[in-house]
Amino acid sequence: MSTTSASTSPSAENPAAPATGTARVKRGMAEQLKGGVIMDVVTPEEAKIAEDAGAVAVMALERVPADIRKDGGVARMSDPDMIDGIISAVSIPVMAKSRIGHFVEAQVLQSLGVDYIDESEVLTPADEVNHSDKWSFTTPFVCGATNLGEALRRIAEGAAMIRSKGEAGTGNVVEAVRHLRQIKGEIARLRGLDNHELYAAAKELRAPYELVAEIAQTGKLPVVLFSAGGVATPADAALMRQLGAEGVFVGSGIFKSGDPAKRAAAIVKATTFYDDPKVIADASRDLGEAMVGINCDTLPEAERYANRGW
Amino acid sequence: MSETPQTPLVGVLALQGDVREHLAALTAAGAQARPVRRPEELAEVDGLVIPGGESTTMSKLAVIFGLLEPLRERIRAGMPVYGTCAGMIMVADKILDGRDDQETLGGIDMIVRRNAFGRQNESFEAAVDIKGIDGGPVEGVFIRAPWVESVGAAAEVLATYGDHVVAVRQGNVLATSFHPELTGDHRVHALFVEMAQRA
Repeated sequence: MSTTSASTSPSAENPAAPATGTARVKRGMAEQLKGGVIMDVVTPEEAKIAEDAGAVAVMALERVPADIRKDGGVARMSDPDMIDGIISAVSIPVMAKSRIGHFVEAQVLQSLGVDYIDESEVLTPADEVNHSDKWSFTTPFVCGATNLGEALRRIAEGAAMIRSKGEAGTGNVVEAVRHLRQIKGEIARLRGLDNHELYAAAKELRAPYELVAEIAQTGKLPVVLFSAGGVATPADAALMRQLGAEGVFVGSGIFKSGDPAKRAAAIVKATTFYDDPKVIADASRDLGEAMVGINCDTLPEAERYANRGW
Repeated sequence: MSETPQTPLVGVLALQGDVREHLAALTAAGAQARPVRRPEELAEVDGLVIPGGESTTMSKLAVIFGLLEPLRERIRAGMPVYGTCAGMIMVADKILDGRDDQETLGGIDMIVRRNAFGRQNESFEAAVDIKGIDGGPVEGVFIRAPWVESVGAAAEVLATYGDHVVAVRQGNVLATSFHPELTGDHRVHALFVEMAQRA
């Protein structure tokens, strides 16, 4: 696994050498985001609205997924000026997206000092075979997954956080539900297998045996699991949490709605009290227009972002 | 310690953050542990951990859900509290580099600087010696961590890293910049459980 751990005894004159970029500080960063909402923002003003509403982090990008869908063309990493602007506008963590397999975009994002890199299917993949080697970075990565095997392949490549892919920019939660149920279901199935069966299970999942055996034992991913892709309402966020997501990403759902500040704050409340229908009901009142949304079963295959990555 | 030590019921403030890790560490350290999100849940616990997380989010949610005053009142009345990272910020009487509207609970006469060790790329692990904890240094996991800029006379410095104070205790309130809950070492939690037992 990754890098060193400090073991020498510290003193005031000669403090123990700090170890940066370890698996523990990368995964530990995601642990600190749990129970929270990470919001897509495209300007410093939106970033401030998100922070005001109680977001635990923002995802800086040039266009929200709904607009990427509308505009078409190749979607790439955002302009560094725009990311810098958002980093200086807020005090909470800032994430940004690189294309799948575009490790140079990831290097650039690391040099800008973002707190997390999302190697994201929402952007146009740069490599149709390989994802980036995430162990080689100090900045941690979050990656999308539609099933357990995919999640484990990303973790094997060094991802320190996993999110469902869902179907970004649709305002339709159906795919996120499918992916989360799939991941949780496959974990539950592993729990029931004996040691002899785990080797075949690893082969089926196309994932490293060590990770498969670990999950069979612990019953959870070794990294934090969030939901993403299609959350548009407080009830959507609470649904994902009740299904086992430890927090939620909200993309187009906030800033494509009628009253972003109010909706953002409402989704934060519902994410914390995800198991209290009264709080969710109160949070759902008078939010104005939700984003219109797209029915996923009418989406042409080529426009399904969840199919990107493997 | 009293003649017949009771198992204390320790809450973990569960508005946001790494709640599960604290619940596990407290249980391993011999406490009964449960999440706290409501004033009536707060009223039932003997002590409280304020976890790591995003302090601006926690502060906002504590205000919205009516927990701020009940928390301040319990702390004033002497309830044992342990804050890690964001939790350290929450128990500081004064903070720097916070949001203008950011509320803290107070409890330790100290000034804490938020995100003082830097952004995530500067997050690090290093061994830290803590006063009152035997058996060698603990593994300090510092994540976008705060440090203590200055402490008042009533507060006792328990640990430093380099030039910076990273663990402090004042009466029944304990705070660390780092995250013992992310390691398998439960000595800091054991110290806190003992504080909760004695209170």
